[in-house]
Amino acid sequence: MLCIAGTEFRSRLFLGTGKFSSSTVMAKAIEASDCQMITVALRRVDLENPDDDIMKALSQREYTFLPNTSGARNADEAIRLAHIARAASGSSWLKLEVTPDPRTLLPDPVETLFATEKLVKDGFIVLPYMNADPILALKLQDAGAAAVMPLGSPIGTNQGVLTDFQVAIIIEQARVPVVVDAGIGAPSHAAYAMEMGADAVLVNTAISVAGDPVAMAAAFAKAVEAGRTAYIAGMGQKSKHASASSPESGQLSSDLGFLA
Amino acid sequence: MNIILNGNNKSLQKPSSILDLLKSLELMPETVVVELNTTIIQPNSYDATQFAEGDRVEIIRFVGGG
Repeated sequence: MLCIAGTEFRSRLFLGTGKFSSSTVMAKAIEASDCQMITVALRRVDLENPDDDIMKALSQREYTFLPNTSGARNADEAIRLAHIARAASGSSWLKLEVTPDPRTLLPDPVETLFATEKLVKDGFIVLPYMNADPILALKLQDAGAAAVMPLGSPIGTNQGVLTDFQVAIIIEQARVPVVVDAGIGAPSHAAYAMEMGADAVLVNTAISVAGDPVAMAAAFAKAVEAGRTAYIAGMGQKSKHASASSPESGQLSSDLGFLA
Repeated sequence: MNIILNGNNKSLQKPSSILDLLKSLELMPETVVVELNTTIIQPNSYDATQFAEGDRVEIIRFVGGG
């Protein structure tokens, strides 16, 4: 079973809650995904719609909430959001996200490392969103990150695991769980990450913007499970050359050579 | 008295506490986090914390996000 910071998770699919058409659809998709870890963001309350509260649709007893620091452009802003998140959730789980460039939403490695060091000292369970950089992953785990979350491709792009070469190295070296986050656009992408040995994947856009988000959530659950089972089963090596699946001895060709 | 609430100017007609403000905005205190001049205020202090001229107040809550 997946274990992060002493908490066990049966499901290796983490779900983001952004961009759903309604709270009802979101809640049904979460249920269909069978996930146990859910990310949420923090924003100023819309004072024109004080009733608009996502937490009404979610039970904090059933899920582990992983608040993110999205919107933070540097370590200071992320740390401020982290403390607000802890005050709001009453727990120390945190997806650390520092994205200075709104165009690419790529994470700032220097600020992310600095904020991880600070937040771990402040008692947070820090899961940093990071570029798929194996050296950075080692530094983050040395700084006390509870897991590392390398991106497959930029947030919301649905491009899949374009960083597979680096993610494989991160998985090989990691002493903490590796959660492939961002860019996973199809169940096959999620299965691919899991087959590589990722400990979990975090999916949001691919499910929330699907034609039928509830059915897509169920499809992702199956893909994650299939990928994990394949990883445990042990995949065959890739080869440049053909290798017959059927036995090469006792072939009819020798006896029926006259047909040639 | 004027405060800056979620980035916008807001005038308060009479001396107000955080709890008064949340009530006037029809917000359930347990659903939000309140920052006063970048310091998080604990819910058990909402009643006792009065605003001063120019205070910067942020009222924040969870929303959907990845």
